[in-house]
Amino acid sequence: MPSEEGANEVNQQDAVPAENKTEVKTSPVKKTKPVKMQLCRVLLLDGTEYEVELDKKAKGQQLFDMICDHLNLLEKDYFGITYRDPQDQKYWLDPLKEIRKQIKDLEEKENVIIPPGGPWVFGFNVKFYPPDPAQLQEDITRYQLSLQIRDDILKGRLPCSFVTHALLGSYIVQSELGDYDPEEHSADYLSEFKFAPNQTKELEEKVMELHKTHKGQTPAEAELHYLENAKKLAMYGVDLHHAKVRQDEKDDSEGVEIMLGVCANGLLIYRDRLRINRFAWPKILKISFKRSNFYIKIRPGEFEQFESTIGFKLPNHRAAKRLWKVCVEHHTFFRLVSPEPPPKSKILFLGSKFRYSGRTQHQTRQISALIDRPAPNFERTLSKRFSSKSMDAGLWTSPGYAPYREQNRPDLSKLPPDMSASADAVGAGKLPYADDVPPQGDESQGEKDAEQQRRQKNIHEMKMEFLSQTPQPAPGGWDARTPPKTLSQQKEEKEEHEVAAAVQETVPPVAEPEVNGTETHAAPPEPAAPEELTNKVDDDDEIPNVENAVVDELESQEPPTVEVKTETVKYVASDEAQPEFTSSVPIVKTESKTITYEQNEDGEPDQDPGVLVSAQTVTSETISTTTTTHITKTVKGGVAETRIEKRIVITGDTDIDHDQYMKKDGTLETHMERTTVLTGDSNQDEALADLIKEAADQNPDMTVTKVVVHKEEGEQQVTTNGTGEDD
Amino acid sequence: MAAAFGRYHTAVVRGIPDSVRYDALIQAEQRDYVDVEKARQEHAAYVQALRDLGLKIVELPGAEDLPDCPFVEDCAVVCNGTALVTRPGHSSRRGEVHAVKKVLEEDLGLEVVHMVEDEATMDGGDVLFTGKEFFVGLSNRTNEAGARILAETFPDYSVTTVPIARGLHLKCFCTMAAPDVMAVGEGPEAQRAWQEIRARGDHKYAVLNIPDDGAANCMFVNGTIMHCAADEFPKSAKTFTSARLEYPRVQVPNKELAKVDGSLTCLSLLI
Repeated sequence: MPSEEGANEVNQQDAVPAENKTEVKTSPVKKTKPVKMQLCRVLLLDGTEYEVELDKKAKGQQLFDMICDHLNLLEKDYFGITYRDPQDQKYWLDPLKEIRKQIKDLEEKENVIIPPGGPWVFGFNVKFYPPDPAQLQEDITRYQLSLQIRDDILKGRLPCSFVTHALLGSYIVQSELGDYDPEEHSADYLSEFKFAPNQTKELEEKVMELHKTHKGQTPAEAELHYLENAKKLAMYGVDLHHAKVRQDEKDDSEGVEIMLGVCANGLLIYRDRLRINRFAWPKILKISFKRSNFYIKIRPGEFEQFESTIGFKLPNHRAAKRLWKVCVEHHTFFRLVSPEPPPKSKILFLGSKFRYSGRTQHQTRQISALIDRPAPNFERTLSKRFSSKSMDAGLWTSPGYAPYREQNRPDLSKLPPDMSASADAVGAGKLPYADDVPPQGDESQGEKDAEQQRRQKNIHEMKMEFLSQTPQPAPGGWDARTPPKTLSQQKEEKEEHEVAAAVQETVPPVAEPEVNGTETHAAPPEPAAPEELTNKVDDDDEIPNVENAVVDELESQEPPTVEVKTETVKYVASDEAQPEFTSSVPIVKTESKTITYEQNEDGEPDQDPGVLVSAQTVTSETISTTTTTHITKTVKGGVAETRIEKRIVITGDTDIDHDQYMKKDGTLETHMERTTVLTGDSNQDEALADLIKEAADQNPDMTVTKVVVHKEEGEQQVTTNGTGEDD
Repeated sequence: MAAAFGRYHTAVVRGIPDSVRYDALIQAEQRDYVDVEKARQEHAAYVQALRDLGLKIVELPGAEDLPDCPFVEDCAVVCNGTALVTRPGHSSRRGEVHAVKKVLEEDLGLEVVHMVEDEATMDGGDVLFTGKEFFVGLSNRTNEAGARILAETFPDYSVTTVPIARGLHLKCFCTMAAPDVMAVGEGPEAQRAWQEIRARGDHKYAVLNIPDDGAANCMFVNGTIMHCAADEFPKSAKTFTSARLEYPRVQVPNKELAKVDGSLTCLSLLI
């Protein structure tokens, strides 16, 4: 829409869709100035396009909210806006930053060409694939998820067997066409559908055969079955990145091609199609990138003493950073109760202080549990669109729009203005197999209505209630408007809230056997008992000050699942600011030890190294040094421990890393960490002895307590302890 | 997608040729001679046990020029209606696959993929399917190229490789005793493989530690656990019978063919 209302001020905070611009008031006193508008075009998962005009300075969140409003999607945390370049490389739009700046960034750094003056074109996609789609609150969310998976399959991102293509296809057909009807469905009735990248007649026949068996399933049920099957596929929810692993230090050639997959459970490593390694999130202590290399630091295995670091070579620096970001986001979303705050400091940061800024799965589930509206009505007509080629240039009068209007909306007068503004007049009439057909048997409609009336709290009301309460200390708060607390304050708060409480989230039962942080030597008892459920998260302490969020302070009612701890994962970006940050902060309970799960040397099983409850990383960089300060909070035997670890990396030929530890008396003790790459046949012990000697020579007043050896190949190797104190 | 784990309707087995006595491949230095008649009796009992569990039996005739032909497991990997016909690691066994391929394709109507790549080798005995994912032992008989073809053939599942330093096949000392329960021998190689599986697999499994590595080869068929006989492995048999699992157990003798490294799973292809 051209901005003939250019003279009006538009208040961005209301997220008013452009179509309602005429309703915006102009302040009579202020001088109005023209606002530059930009046309955005978003390709939705059902193939339709959503166009909207935004302030040129709009941030990603605004566009995202408008799309979700348009889609009538409440469980939006699983989704995101993407930009795809001609090579089908995906870039996620950061909701906190201006869209314009990100596009400019893409143009400059990734050589992506965006036609000037033309619309900004994006996609709307699933960012975090829920491991258990049945736990999503609304069918409409599952619908969007299934659309994404359908695209993944057709584009070859989610490989399937013939049988799986057929089964999944049959559920699509059931959800779109309803029960198989020999009279209505001719021999060719599936020809409009696309089930697989290479579809054969044989496949269509198999789909039909299976379609017949789904009689009676509603669209929502069929979709759920679809997802229940899709979620089991090996590549479901795996975000793949090309990388290389060097096998031989002397080998200047590229090394072995691998794929790194990021998913809800951790990091997967593939060579060709084989899974050659896997690191569940609990096993990863630190993820970092430097130049075009990506590193993960792994907890020692059961029979190993030391942690190890594995390096991967990405095509370029941006790719390494992108991979790192994806890891940070996935780890935060799936593993943490609340997002880690971005590093704060008095001094301006120069580099990336990127942290995942959205809600975690834990948070989104809590909030979603409050969704209390009747299931929105929507049309499933994806396949028709494929055949009728109605993917014209996305004018927003295209057929896709009308059916998204829901019926039975909650009373709009109770909702805040922004929500009601995006509701449109009720549109199309009821469709066959609509989701609001009352379920057979279970409860009468009247009962349901009564219950709904009883539970009158809608999201808005709860939000008002929440905001009017005494603000809780929000240790994890990432809202930029919260006055930044000093580290010690935050830590103290965390201590109070989290002492002796194992902090958990509910995650699907594909977790490491090493629950509680102990290395389990003996195999689990035979037969397997499901992991014991321990305390749920104590929600009171983890309420972030999130704008749209309402957090139920009661414990969630989720079914018991495997307990998982938040673990410390250091997110170290290679370029950060901030030098002596920690040394200026009064510290409570510091220890000058490294954070590892090293085994006692006498081979005894680890006595509960403790539950790592939180981690903060602050890094700073000058021309030649990078200082990383890592603060970890551990709960061990009911006692909270805070460790401050400061590492100064001096980049240069020898890659000598100094570890500085602050002792109880406040003095800094320097430990050396040398990075080197050993080839398979070198004498490891000898090389290490040399390293230690060299390090000792260079810093006479230094104690070597730890030498970490990076081995850049597919298999991790142990590191050895130097002389000096053990843990 | 996948049927419940361990449900089968048909078993393909193969008769024992006389040549098994002198010519079957062995790992041991010294040959312990197979009593062929006794072996055939034990084999018949094995087949009957499968029949009793509701399986239809398709029996291929033994071939004298293929002394290892009773071990049909090595010739194919069958999953969800697709059969990957392998290229056995030992050249003397390559001929075994033809009859097997024929019956799978023509008589049983399976979708057959044949491993023909020259560098790829695979013995079915190295392939452990848990119902949720594959583990492939990289041994003397199975290499990565073979594992890769398996991964391409069964794209629904992750395929994780497990290095095998000693021992013939992964399944010599590690098999599924029940859904999500793995029987693992207590020997070092077996335990090492189990650690790999635990660390790198996608799913969690409980473990049933079996004192004798050889006895850790068992079968979960239509709700019943088939395992070693008490007179061959007294301790291990006891472990099976006393394990707290809800499934009935059946002991199956296999003394003779064990002399030529044949264990229970080797003797059939379950479909």
